[in-house]
Amino acid sequence: MSFFKKLKYKITGQTDTVTNKFKDGLAKTRHSMAARVNNLVKRYRKVDEDFFEELEEILISADVGVNTVLELVEKLKDEARTRNIKETEQLKDVIIEVLSNMLTEDEKDAAIAIQNDGLTVILVVGVNGVGKTTTIGKMAYKFKEEGKSVLLAAGDTFRAGAIEQLEVWGERAGVEVVKHNEGSDPAAVIYDAIMAAKSRGVDILICDTAGRLQNKVNLMKELEKVKRVISREVPGAPHEVLLVLDATTGQNAMTQAKIFGEATDVSGIVLTKLDGTAKGGIVLAIRHELDLPVKLVGLGEGIHDLQPFDSDTFVYGLFSEMFQSENGEDHAEENN
Amino acid sequence: MAFENLADRLQETFKKIRGKGKVSEADVKQMTREVRLALLEADVNFKVVKDFINRIKERAVGQEVLKSLTPGQQVIKVVQEELTELMGGEQSKLRMSAKPPTVVMLVGLQGAGKTTTTGKLANYIRKQQNKKPLLAACDVYRPAAIKQLQTLGGQLDMPVFSMGDDASPVDIAKQAVAKAKEDHNDIVFIDTAGRLHVDDALMEELENIKEATQPDEIILVVDAMTGQDAVNVAESFNDRLGLTGVIMTKLDGDTRGGAALSVKAVTGTPIKFAGMGEKLDALEPFHPERMASRILGMGDVLTLIEKAQATVDEEKAKEMEKKMRTMSFTFDDFLEQLSQVRSMGPLDELLGMMPGANKIKGMKNLKIDEKQISHIEAIIRSMTPAEKTDPDIINASRKKRIANGSGTSIQEVNRLLKQFKDMKKMMKQMMGMTKGKKKKNPFNLPFM
Repeated sequence: MSFFKKLKYKITGQTDTVTNKFKDGLAKTRHSMAARVNNLVKRYRKVDEDFFEELEEILISADVGVNTVLELVEKLKDEARTRNIKETEQLKDVIIEVLSNMLTEDEKDAAIAIQNDGLTVILVVGVNGVGKTTTIGKMAYKFKEEGKSVLLAAGDTFRAGAIEQLEVWGERAGVEVVKHNEGSDPAAVIYDAIMAAKSRGVDILICDTAGRLQNKVNLMKELEKVKRVISREVPGAPHEVLLVLDATTGQNAMTQAKIFGEATDVSGIVLTKLDGTAKGGIVLAIRHELDLPVKLVGLGEGIHDLQPFDSDTFVYGLFSEMFQSENGEDHAEENN
Repeated sequence: MAFENLADRLQETFKKIRGKGKVSEADVKQMTREVRLALLEADVNFKVVKDFINRIKERAVGQEVLKSLTPGQQVIKVVQEELTELMGGEQSKLRMSAKPPTVVMLVGLQGAGKTTTTGKLANYIRKQQNKKPLLAACDVYRPAAIKQLQTLGGQLDMPVFSMGDDASPVDIAKQAVAKAKEDHNDIVFIDTAGRLHVDDALMEELENIKEATQPDEIILVVDAMTGQDAVNVAESFNDRLGLTGVIMTKLDGDTRGGAALSVKAVTGTPIKFAGMGEKLDALEPFHPERMASRILGMGDVLTLIEKAQATVDEEKAKEMEKKMRTMSFTFDDFLEQLSQVRSMGPLDELLGMMPGANKIKGMKNLKIDEKQISHIEAIIRSMTPAEKTDPDIINASRKKRIANGSGTSIQEVNRLLKQFKDMKKMMKQMMGMTKGKKKKNPFNLPFM
């Protein structure tokens, strides 16, 4: 059985809606990636240097990043040699396998760590404009649906309208928001929110923070302070520090992951705006180089458009189209 | 991080070919590969990189290398010139309508920074061109986007036109322009909602706003951190709306900002401004040549090269090289070199312009003591011509005279003599080392 079929077999246990949502969101990504690899395979037939060079380009165009791509292609060359693959057609499956392995190596738990009893504190961080507040709104809704009680902390006291934005999301999700005035100390807001969460006995507290560029030392210090306050007031917290990354971001996402990681001990990544044409390939590089799991993906502006990340589905979504022509069943599925 | 070493990596490649009178095709291939990787790591779109590299190749192959410069630097210069040219000239003015109000429309993806930029741009234009702006809140989709613009308007003491989030953005824009006419606001900034370029319905809405308000400027706001996708985004917005300008935001971050090049290449419209911070006055005219350096991850190499070109006398440099080869290098020559370097500017400034200089351990906080160099000059000037040509004759009493004459101490004179001796020894070694290898071996000035 080909690796791709195995992958498909593995994920058919999942509900169709999840898979389809993923596939819809990734439609544009899939189109170009899969179509281009397909085209490449057709044009070359024989595996040679030029073939690999073009493959390099396809991966780079998905923002995977030069270093990771070079390494990946090196690995592919090795595989091709050891398995004695001469035809590009046969290599297709290996490409997917190598990519998939890169995403799943020493797989960490991609689920959000919710405490069985007691308060779970989730801190959300990231640069400006990646979609932190929106993600929090969607997360709040999701947890609420799962029957949890949720409280939000309006920790972005800097950007104009940020508090109001979170309040609107709070209303939509039906959860309360703890806030101070614009310009107040974010650590104080978070402290108050923790007190409120404790006294009300809520399950999950999600803390919003202002967007900040990772090279702003003072702002990163402020974030460290916020985290310290959380750890001091709730032992073992924050249970999750989620770094929100915009899928359209290029190589700078790696620096973001690294520096936010150092400052706040990031435990997972939320990849947003994957419903555009951006490929979010940097996820591969981040996974590979920093060993940070992607936990959630944002696939649209609706309150439901937040999905757990599943690397198998991600890879399947990227490449499903590539195999449709050789398999009638796949084709029928595509038309659904 | 990988890219931190990029400038060094380029330098490394260039080092291999430095000293050659001509750049061979193989050299060019190796160099362009490094340039290609550099640009890709800086997030320049791969198609744009491809075109760019072809142009560099054409210019670099067979190009005579300037006498005093290494070919490597010549190539950097070519790359930088091409980059700067591609990025266009400085153009930080907005097109004003002959019949006020001028209408400026800001468009872009979610989270690019449109609303903040609207505030900044209005503030800038009010200051620079003495205008009376009106802000129009047409983002009816994102929660509290209107509130955000109103807050900014409040901070800037500028009127904000809004009709709540139930009205259609087209109506709001139209009425805002009418309102501006009525209130004698001579420029209207239309803040639109962030949208994906593939969202057909929302892109059509922008076309309708354009139709209804006939804007003088349609500006795409682009996050400087955008990756390969910048090309698709810019192309789509340009195709549907016909952009007149671009503003790069978040350039105060540490991204290399290759998106700027991609966007410029596919739209052909000038990048007018750069967002440099969160404050409302943090908007600056866009500097193409600075962006070129930044994308390449280099210090201001071009300035350094220009300074070197302007100050180093070609013939003198050649003569110096010959002297080093024949080991007839004297204190006079040393003085000459010293003054040439110094005439390029303060030494720590020069160091700062050198790529990778701040990466060298301890270099960051290194303060070069200009005084010490003056001392060296004074010591040499206190020598007799005979002493300068043949320092070996300098005995204890001569040392004492030199120290007195230069206002320094015997220890300092001793130190300089030792340094000079070491330097000559090193030159001898270097000459000897390369003797057997190649017929010609041009020696580069120590400071190059």
